[in-house]
Amino acid sequence: MNLSKILKNAFFVVIFGLIVTACATKKSVKTTESSTSETTKAAETQKADPIEKLDALMQGDVYIGSDTVGELASGVPDRVFFATNETILTTASRETLRKQAAWLRQNSDVTVVVEGHADERGTREYNLALGERRANAAKDYLMTYGVSSDRIKVLSYGKERPVDSGSNPLSWSKNRRSVTVKAN
Amino acid sequence: MKKKFFFIFIIYAILKPSISFSLVEIDITRGNLDPMPISVSPFFSDKTTDDKIKNNLNIENLGLEISKIIENNLEKTGLFDAIEKEAFLQKPDIAHLKPRFEDWALIKSQVLITGKVKSKIINDKDYINIEFKLWDVLGAKMVDGFSLTTTPRSWRRVGHKISDKVYERLTGESGYFDTRIIYVAEEGPKTQRVKKLALMDQDGFNTKYITLGNELVLTPRFNPANDKEITYMSYFRNMPRVYIVNLQTGKQRVVGDFRGMTFAPRFSPDGKKLIMSLAKDGNSEIWVRDLETNIQEKLTDHPSIDTSPSYSPDGKYITFNSDRSGYQQIYVMRSDGSKVKRISFGKGIYGTPVWSPRGDLIAFTKLHKGKFYIGVMRIDGTGERLLTENFYQEAPSWSPNGRIIIFYRETKTNDKGEGFSAKLWSIDLTGYNERLVRTETDASDPSWSSLLGK
Repeated sequence: MNLSKILKNAFFVVIFGLIVTACATKKSVKTTESSTSETTKAAETQKADPIEKLDALMQGDVYIGSDTVGELASGVPDRVFFATNETILTTASRETLRKQAAWLRQNSDVTVVVEGHADERGTREYNLALGERRANAAKDYLMTYGVSSDRIKVLSYGKERPVDSGSNPLSWSKNRRSVTVKAN
Repeated sequence: MKKKFFFIFIIYAILKPSISFSLVEIDITRGNLDPMPISVSPFFSDKTTDDKIKNNLNIENLGLEISKIIENNLEKTGLFDAIEKEAFLQKPDIAHLKPRFEDWALIKSQVLITGKVKSKIINDKDYINIEFKLWDVLGAKMVDGFSLTTTPRSWRRVGHKISDKVYERLTGESGYFDTRIIYVAEEGPKTQRVKKLALMDQDGFNTKYITLGNELVLTPRFNPANDKEITYMSYFRNMPRVYIVNLQTGKQRVVGDFRGMTFAPRFSPDGKKLIMSLAKDGNSEIWVRDLETNIQEKLTDHPSIDTSPSYSPDGKYITFNSDRSGYQQIYVMRSDGSKVKRISFGKGIYGTPVWSPRGDLIAFTKLHKGKFYIGVMRIDGTGERLLTENFYQEAPSWSPNGRIIIFYRETKTNDKGEGFSAKLWSIDLTGYNERLVRTETDASDPSWSSLLGK
């Protein structure tokens, strides 16, 4: 009887010991993991440069850099950029379009096509409609600043003509655009 | 566990033959989900026929080629497993006359297909007659078969018609092999893709290019009532408009006289009407045009984007996507534009709804947390099931029997913007049996025809 009790107790002690060891092992594993992820973080911090650059190129997710931006005329940028799924003109976009309108008022024989584009993260048909909406947002603004509607044609390409073939947020931001192109 | 049960249920629903006189049927009630072993004996032919066919089509062994078409079609369903021809013990001609069923049972075949090809001359013209028989090996009897005569160059279609017959006999569902797929063939860099309309048999053979690639072309769709006719959108002369093309004559016409971009076209089930979107002054609405009376009518009236319309098979309803709630969601309305009702309420953005030819489901594209899904839901929006997840995929189109969905998938480019590709894929309604669909070039915007007529 006594012996079996002792054995039983011993058994429990052994089991308990095992559990403790197991927990200890787990803990030590966890510690290793967290230190690994910290290492990763450290590595990320070292690579932070491109991320900072990205901030300088996008405001929200609207592209504000100069890559891919051409000129309608000297000193007049040819394009404006949009946020995802949006057709609202930003302050910078409105400034660009006022420059375009001013130049078009001075060159009254010029007609233009406003090409509307979307990024690749949407269905094809919806993006055709979205591109048309964006191009019209730009057209309407040009008209507000004195360019007559018969000088502005609108053409949506949806997502069919990206300028940047990348599959990342920066590339997509460059592709969400409306571009004013001379038609004659 | 739950998933497995569901799978069994769905397969059972598909395979349960409506009427069965034979012992052969794909029986999964015993929980046996293995594909059914099937033998397709090479179709036999005589020397005269072989010489004629060699002369006409430059094919050595047409009977063997036909048997391969059937094997390939059936295997791709995931329901059948074709036994290697080297294992066959009986010669094709004798098997076709009267199989020695023990020999086929020995190699574990449950079903046997045999056939014969014979050249024929009618009014001085060459024809081929193809006969086929479907045998139940365990029941030791013939269960189906037919014989048909056709021009030699239509030989592949005979292989598809036989596949349809076998599929119908063994599953109780209508077939989908004698069909074509119209799609957009793509080439060149992502920023300057050259796109052409292309037509091919359902199994990827007989590709024909309908346009030359001079202008951007998008979203071709078959007329469900006439497999010789398609609608699509073209940027011809930088005027993006919807066209209808007759595939036999090559003649095409622009649909309607709209000031503004027309896009997202689809035929009504009877082929007499066309629905599409018109984008004008920054607003896209859905229009219908009667192709007989040329009367056109605006169906939606909302400042949001309303596009991607698709008719129900009875023509009474239209499903479409709209961002009137703030984001793209799926709606259903009567085909006269009344009683608009939103049906998608899940998390994410929903688009490209396409009504199943059976009428009970709507296939769609969903974007959620940066991933694209192809899924199906009931027509009231309940019972959403996502079939496949990827970086980018969209544009579902149903097989004519409503069992398979074909769509296209685009790859993510690397950090240099390289490695872009677009391919067609198909997946069963069950969410199983996902397959790459063979195309000569990159491909997008697939549309599946109805079963071909004459």
